[in-house]
Amino acid sequence: MTGLAIAAQGLRKSYGDKTVLDGVDLSVPEGTVFALLGPNGAGKTTAVKILSTLVRAGRGSGPIRIGGHDLAADPQAVRAAIGVTGQFSAVDGLITGEENMLLMADLHHLPKAEGRRVAADLLARFDLTEAAKKPASTYSGGMKRRLDIAMTLVGDPRIIFLDEPTTGLDPRSRHGMWQIIRELVTGGVTVFLTTQYLDEADELADRIAVLHNGVIAAEGTAEQLKRLVPGGHVRLRFTDPAAYRSAADALPEGARDDESLTLLVPSDGSQRALRSVLDRLDAAGVEAESLTVHTPDLDDVFFALTGAPAVPHQSTPSAPSTAPAVAAGSAEEAAR
Amino acid sequence: MSSFALAVRDSSTMLRRNLLHARRYPSLTLNLLLTPVMLLLLFVYVFGNAMSGGAGRAAYVAYLVPGILMMTIGSTVIGTAVSMATDMNEGIVARFRTMAIHRGSVLFGRVIGSVLQSVLSVVLVGAVGVAVGFRSHDATLLEWLAAFGLLVLVALALTWIAVGMGLGSPNAEAASNSALPLIVLPLISSAFVPLHSMPGWFQPIAQYQPFTPAIETLRGLLLGTPIGNNWWIALAWCATLTVLGYAWSRSQFDRESE
Repeated sequence: MTGLAIAAQGLRKSYGDKTVLDGVDLSVPEGTVFALLGPNGAGKTTAVKILSTLVRAGRGSGPIRIGGHDLAADPQAVRAAIGVTGQFSAVDGLITGEENMLLMADLHHLPKAEGRRVAADLLARFDLTEAAKKPASTYSGGMKRRLDIAMTLVGDPRIIFLDEPTTGLDPRSRHGMWQIIRELVTGGVTVFLTTQYLDEADELADRIAVLHNGVIAAEGTAEQLKRLVPGGHVRLRFTDPAAYRSAADALPEGARDDESLTLLVPSDGSQRALRSVLDRLDAAGVEAESLTVHTPDLDDVFFALTGAPAVPHQSTPSAPSTAPAVAAGSAEEAAR
Repeated sequence: MSSFALAVRDSSTMLRRNLLHARRYPSLTLNLLLTPVMLLLLFVYVFGNAMSGGAGRAAYVAYLVPGILMMTIGSTVIGTAVSMATDMNEGIVARFRTMAIHRGSVLFGRVIGSVLQSVLSVVLVGAVGVAVGFRSHDATLLEWLAAFGLLVLVALALTWIAVGMGLGSPNAEAASNSALPLIVLPLISSAFVPLHSMPGWFQPIAQYQPFTPAIETLRGLLLGTPIGNNWWIALAWCATLTVLGYAWSRSQFDRESE
């Protein structure tokens, strides 16, 4: 045994002349959570589809081993080892939640009594017992997603693929899903998840790979990735152009944005660094309209690697649309 | 588990799922029966006198019902095309594909379910036919069995074609549209009027399309009218459509998903 639940080398895939994956290496040790991070259209779903036997790997791809089985030679053995929850709900809306679970039990060839027991246990674990007798089409988005994962777990798979498991969920359901994923890992399951939310990868994953333009732009733990980008900064905003100019003179290391009268001063976000900035502003006799402390987070890594917009940002494009326009997951404090 | 045992087991699981759908939403199936039943009543009670050319209502009912029964199958399998397309659009089939189950079972379960549904539909519409006066006086048990077998074979052939149409359609509406020939073909067959009353240039089209030979054979079995070479043309159509429909469905289903 290699100790690797997922090992893929030089994963390639193109549709027509559009290259989606251009040589992606993936290795996920057993019992860990691996997050494949990337913007929409980066090829995350394609990677999951290939690894879960839904789509054949493109020409020139290296070997793929899932749970110790060669994917090309023995896809059925791979299918027996994995569970997949795709991006779009894979429940049968016309039948009840319980019937969906029993359908999975039958397809896993569980004996009747055991199938019923497993179904009941999982429905209870995912807080769906009450809704078990209702058609799945009447479920809320969060409930559907929970049923989806519960169905995936019926065969007790050791490797689970979750393609954007929290996309479209409200914050409460999102945290519920995180809790579920943590419990899975406690049980020794290997989780391969894709996400476009940096905080999610930060929260859950042992290792994170950033997929960009069909290649892995960076890979490591959240901490390692954060070290890849320059530190944080203090953002000072002014309304008075004269005050802005004096402040810029007092803090020459700051990056100037004359247009918006904003100054970005590199800082590690510590109390000492902050005090030094404030002291120098006081000495110059100027007062900023507002002050924001920004510590480096995965957003910065992500934007640095994928070449997307500049550092000064009020709202992160990666935050779910339901979140308020405050950078989610980054330590921002506003001061007067 | 052997591959055959796996196929049987998974197909029967898929069949149970489809029958559960049909049982949970009977209105879907019953709606599809509206067209044949409506046409039956319309042609018997409204157009009946004109259509029968003075031969009387009872004679026209006898002529009409076998055609209506074949049309019922065409109408029922439109539902199959629609639910196949719906299934493919839901993530559920993608889920099935990532499981260690028999690959064809999704299609086999669908087809067996659809054939059973067609037989049930034929029985229901047949009951309406009996209610409006259809009687088969001199059919032997063997002829009844042959009639039943023919209906099953037609249902099987049309179901595989419908499954192919469902797989080839991007959504349920498109599937319903592409399956339209299954309801139009009976209209231009010998179901409502005899071939010799049609314009000469049209007669060969009506005569050799799949529905006419099947209808003529059923008529012969139930009413004793001459069958001629219709029985083997009907069987040849059934075999051809089954093989083509199966190959078409399988190649679409096994095709790499995008």
